[in-house]
Amino acid sequence: MSNVTLTIDGQTVSVPAGTTILQAAQSIGAEIPAICYHEACTPNALCRNCVVEVEGARVLVASCVAQVAANMVVYTRSPRVERSRRTILEMLASAVDLSEAPDIQRMMQEYSADAQRFPQAERREIPLIDDNPMYVRDYSKCILCWRCVQVCADDAQFTFAINFSGRGYETTIGTFFGKPMPATTCVFCGQCVGVCPTGALKPKSEWLLEQGLSIDQVFAATRQERTGAEKRTRTWRRA
Amino acid sequence: MSDYANSAYDPAPLQGVLDQLAPQGRAALLPALQAAQALYGHLPEAATAEIGRALKVPLAEIHGVIEFYSLLYTQPKGKTVLHVCTDPACALRGGEQVLAALCRRLGVQPGETTPDGAYTVEGAPCLGLCDHAPAIWMGQKAIGRVDLQSVDDILQGRGDHPITACYGETKYLIGRCGKGRATTLAEYEADGGYAGLRRALSLSPAEVIAEVKASGLVGRGGAAFPTGIKWEGAAQASGQPKYVVCNADESEPGTFKDRVLMEEDPHLVLEGLLIAGYAIGAARGYIYVRGEYPAAYQAMANAVEEARQAGYIGEDVLGSGYGIQIELRLGAGAYICGEETALFESIEGKRGFPRLKPPSPTTHGLFGKPTVINNVETLANAPRILLQGAARYRQLGTEKSPGVKLFCLSGDVARPGLYEVPFGVSLRHLLFDLAGGVSQGRRLQAVLFGGAAGAFATPDQLDVEMSFEGLRSAGLPLGSGVVMALDETRDLRMILTGLARFFAHESCGKCYPCQIGTQRQYEILRRVADGEALPGDAERLADVGWTMADASICGLGQTAASAVLSALKLWPELFEAGNGKL
Ligand SMILES: Cc1cc2nc3c(=O)[nH]c(=O)nc-3n(C[C@H](O)[C@H](O)[C@H](O)COP(=O)(O)O)c2cc1C
Ligand code: SF4
Ligand code: SF4
Ligand code: FES
Repeated sequence: MSNVTLTIDGQTVSVPAGTTILQAAQSIGAEIPAICYHEACTPNALCRNCVVEVEGARVLVASCVAQVAANMVVYTRSPRVERSRRTILEMLASAVDLSEAPDIQRMMQEYSADAQRFPQAERREIPLIDDNPMYVRDYSKCILCWRCVQVCADDAQFTFAINFSGRGYETTIGTFFGKPMPATTCVFCGQCVGVCPTGALKPKSEWLLEQGLSIDQVFAATRQERTGAEKRTRTWRRA
Repeated sequence: MSDYANSAYDPAPLQGVLDQLAPQGRAALLPALQAAQALYGHLPEAATAEIGRALKVPLAEIHGVIEFYSLLYTQPKGKTVLHVCTDPACALRGGEQVLAALCRRLGVQPGETTPDGAYTVEGAPCLGLCDHAPAIWMGQKAIGRVDLQSVDDILQGRGDHPITACYGETKYLIGRCGKGRATTLAEYEADGGYAGLRRALSLSPAEVIAEVKASGLVGRGGAAFPTGIKWEGAAQASGQPKYVVCNADESEPGTFKDRVLMEEDPHLVLEGLLIAGYAIGAARGYIYVRGEYPAAYQAMANAVEEARQAGYIGEDVLGSGYGIQIELRLGAGAYICGEETALFESIEGKRGFPRLKPPSPTTHGLFGKPTVINNVETLANAPRILLQGAARYRQLGTEKSPGVKLFCLSGDVARPGLYEVPFGVSLRHLLFDLAGGVSQGRRLQAVLFGGAAGAFATPDQLDVEMSFEGLRSAGLPLGSGVVMALDETRDLRMILTGLARFFAHESCGKCYPCQIGTQRQYEILRRVADGEALPGDAERLADVGWTMADASICGLGQTAASAVLSALKLWPELFEAGNGKL
């Protein structure tokens, strides 16, 4: 494949055509903070924390999806970029519980983002949902990265158990008419839990341990629920 | 709840609808949901599941779609839903008071349903009835200039039926508008209608595109993209079938021009769409009308039927060998579906999330195929360009902005309405000479220009030339042609709060800057307008605003702060802590 030469932060870089700006920047050691990007998922470029400034472009460009072009001039930490990243992180902290998202916390330090920047902000506080033996859902920690929805759908599992509820700031991840997971098409493969970056989806056993249960108690509790869930599922199927 | 809501779910009538729609698969999802809601008053779980089975859409995704659109409900609502506009043009004339009065009369809070299930009252985003503020929309009926003396009349649907007054110096686009009903096909033909399409069919598609390029026509939907170049891109793109789409989702607060064109002169819009279809070789066309415009939808549907019978639509249009079918879609309450890629998603039966660009719609548009999407007003220009030729079309307007433009005047203006003027007249000429200036003899404070996604013009900018180049050099966006006058008594912070509420309500929620930024912007402006600004709020608004402008995925987020940022520059003192309520 042919190579493309561009400038990133004053440095000349040559990379294969089709490379994203993010990859090209990584190749010269320029760190770009990406939140929603995950190699197993179709990129949606929705967190916008990876934006960079490209000379001649009207707005900033999401480096996780934008491909390099010949003679492109890219700035990964211009003042516009810094302001956007800092503000996005501050807004995220004003909305969501990031206590179990160490990567994002590190970014906040790097960009001097103030978690208290937005006083009186309405937070997304949603009661934890404990409706199945495999995992709990704590959407107060959900950053709407879409990964769980995508792995449940055509990025991996093709079960289509979860999707979105609401719109805009009120968006949450939900099921058909808010049904508990055992009453959906969910096959409890655990893929969504695996890709969740913030602890919003968490294995039930881990959560129970955090609640102070002993290993034996956790085992007893989840076994009881597992068998119960099987029965529930069977009845539901027959109905 | 009412009997209506409780009546047992009978799957039979829905089955008939689904048998018809099933071959279209997921692309029939919105029409199926709308049909089910019309049958049952809301979307019962069982009906929704049945739709999923028939159209082969996963249940979780159907629920996601319902949740996206404001006009689809999973819970029963009143038999009549009163949508009371509280956006700026109506707010200036007491929209909030209308909402409060109706709620008081019915003993409910906004969003609630009366115990007998007869009424639900809701605040609504701009209904495109700004020249008839304050306005209400109640399903099939709209009422303008609502009179609070007669709340009971309103409940009965009695009141001023909004007929938009059409003024201006030329009558090329709205010459047949202002009469309060749709031009029939016979009337349209008698007035020279469809001669533009006939001329187009006598040329090659490439010649049609060359004519449109030579005319200098640019899009009227907000992005000002050269129409001929767009058509050429889709004509040359590989991939079949190709689509042509009429963007009739008009929802920009303050805008009502497309509604008037469709309600009163639907064949003009349709003729433009057919010319575009021929130019790019489209096998199918879609007209996507916003959900709050049932009258415009009906007028367009009737026009399509008339045109089909007369041979303008079909396998062999007027014996030319070119074939096209036209379908209509009704939106379901989502401003973002006016964004072109979100509109495609909506037609495809999905949540209206904008797509990433590139690729552009000309190569990967509707159903992933080459597509031209144009605004209603853009298309309405095409017949005359084809009929008279580019040279004559360019005799009006300026060198860089040829032709005429529709402006929607509302707010504190003596004669609100729809105005057609050649590009290049001054704002003063439009607002004072033609529209009679500020109402009640008051002084002008500012003009909200371009819409919610617009900016403020000040009285010292009245001599700005209304053309793309003139406005650009003045830093004003033409947008969708909104000119909303604000008199000296108005608190601009209230207007800004209203705009911010609109964007917070309409953000699709896909990207972080806009999903969270529109909410934070609204919260901050609310306290600013209440005279309770906190130290640092101006900086917060600037950071949120510039972050949305710079980093959002689509035009909604990119412009959600443009009025705020323009006000921060013009009147910084408005945002200071300690600056009390007016
Ligand atoms: C949030 C948003 C809403 C929009 N709404 C509309 C609309 O209601 N009607 C419209 O024609 N264009 C709308 N647009 C612009 C369209 O994306 C697109 O540019 C336009 O339909 C192209 O047609 P034109 O070239 O004829 O202007 C909107 C854009 C954005 C970002
Ligand atoms: S639950 Fe986790 S994976 Fe799913 S959208 Fe929220 S943060 Fe992302
Ligand atoms: S800018 Fe707003 S409307 Fe556009 S994609 Fe982002 S969240 Fe959605
Ligand atoms: S990592 Fe690029 S937009 Fe989220």
